[in-house]
Amino acid sequence: MTSAPDKTGILLTALALIAMLVSLYLVFMYVPTETTMGEVQKIFYFHVPSAWLAFLAFFLVFVFSVVYLMRHEKKWDNLAASTAEIGVLFCTLVLITGPIWAKPVWGIWWTWDARLTLTLVLWLIYVGYLMLRYYMVDPERKATFAAVLGIVGFVDVPLVYFSIRWWRTQHPQPVLAGGEGSGIEGPMLLTFVVCLATFTVMFFALLRYRYRLQELRDALDELHDRVDHSAG
Amino acid sequence: MTFAFSGAIGMWHAITTIFWKDLKIELRTKEAFSASFVFALMVLVIFNFTLNLTTEEATAMGAGFLWIAFAFGGVLALNRSFALERDENCLQGLQLAPIDRGGVYLGKCLANVVFMLITELILLPLFAVFFNVDITARLGYLVVVLVLGTIGFSAVGTLFSAIAAHTRMREVILPILLLPAAVPVLIAAVECTTYALGGDASPALWFRLLVVYDVIFLTVSFLTFGFILQE
Repeated sequence: MTSAPDKTGILLTALALIAMLVSLYLVFMYVPTETTMGEVQKIFYFHVPSAWLAFLAFFLVFVFSVVYLMRHEKKWDNLAASTAEIGVLFCTLVLITGPIWAKPVWGIWWTWDARLTLTLVLWLIYVGYLMLRYYMVDPERKATFAAVLGIVGFVDVPLVYFSIRWWRTQHPQPVLAGGEGSGIEGPMLLTFVVCLATFTVMFFALLRYRYRLQELRDALDELHDRVDHSAG
Repeated sequence: MTFAFSGAIGMWHAITTIFWKDLKIELRTKEAFSASFVFALMVLVIFNFTLNLTTEEATAMGAGFLWIAFAFGGVLALNRSFALERDENCLQGLQLAPIDRGGVYLGKCLANVVFMLITELILLPLFAVFFNVDITARLGYLVVVLVLGTIGFSAVGTLFSAIAAHTRMREVILPILLLPAAVPVLIAAVECTTYALGGDASPALWFRLLVVYDVIFLTVSFLTFGFILQE
């Protein structure tokens, strides 16, 4: 079986590559350095898009899970699995870039602030999701169980968010978040938008490849089965 | 479920049948109780050794200790809940039984709530003795919070227990899935329990969150459980 070259994948990859070069130029050469935080603030252009895409990914996992339970078509499960993996990847990026930014600006690596805690709990939930997939053998059952978890996990998100927000606002905030996102304009806004677009294209390029990989794996499994049958 | 009336009866019948079945098994073996009780007690004792607290500190932090012990002990009881069905292929029996799947879930969940509550109610006076904490300040409120927190924990836990029973490494996967998902209920329950042990902050908000969590996850689990049992 020879698979045709994946034109959409190649196109997305090329687009992501070009956009990434433009983004890097904008972030490191074009945009003025933020006055109070200095150079380290530039991580904002990678940190925030990663966070948005991680949340988008977990929302998509929820959508694909619902569709899978309604239709029981393998493709939706493959999409959910691929999206969850990439969501965890972006969420990991958020959790790595966050402390790098926080240390020089806030003076600490980590604070149990609402957004940080939510991101960490989400990471744990979806790592659990991936582990569940890994620990299950029967593909159909795996798909159904993962879909249920994808739904329950996402329904939990607002509850986690509110519980943590109330929990935190009941105690004094150790630090106030820097003015990220709020009221940026001009070159900074432009740079941010381009970076967001770049990460979005990259997200879908990765998703595309991950999804294709899953299809190839399924095809391989099928071939194995057929070989086993004809041998037996 | 042909029409609403027989559906409701069938559902109630399923709930009570499953509940009594689990209760009977537990009364004969006492496996879930002994495992979760001894383990939860161990957690409390270990806390005492490792933290060496004064009475004031124990009163302020006691709610956290209690819920960590309840949660860890609860995980053992919940793991048992569907491991039990798996051992003698009883899951197949449940799948084939002509009863409402939601009823199976609610019966199982109810049984787990009762098992966990028994453990908690026995642990509570032991906690008071070991940590020198007065639990009688708002005892009625405390018991209500225990019930609500346990329902929330068990609502998600019962669903995840059914999922975990089908995996390799099933004992490991349940806490990994359940504990992050139970973050809201744990925070809310701890805040309410702190108040019940004599804290000052009003827990009205947390109490509402407990109720909301219970309702949402009983509903979601009830609706999705059919898919778990269908396979």
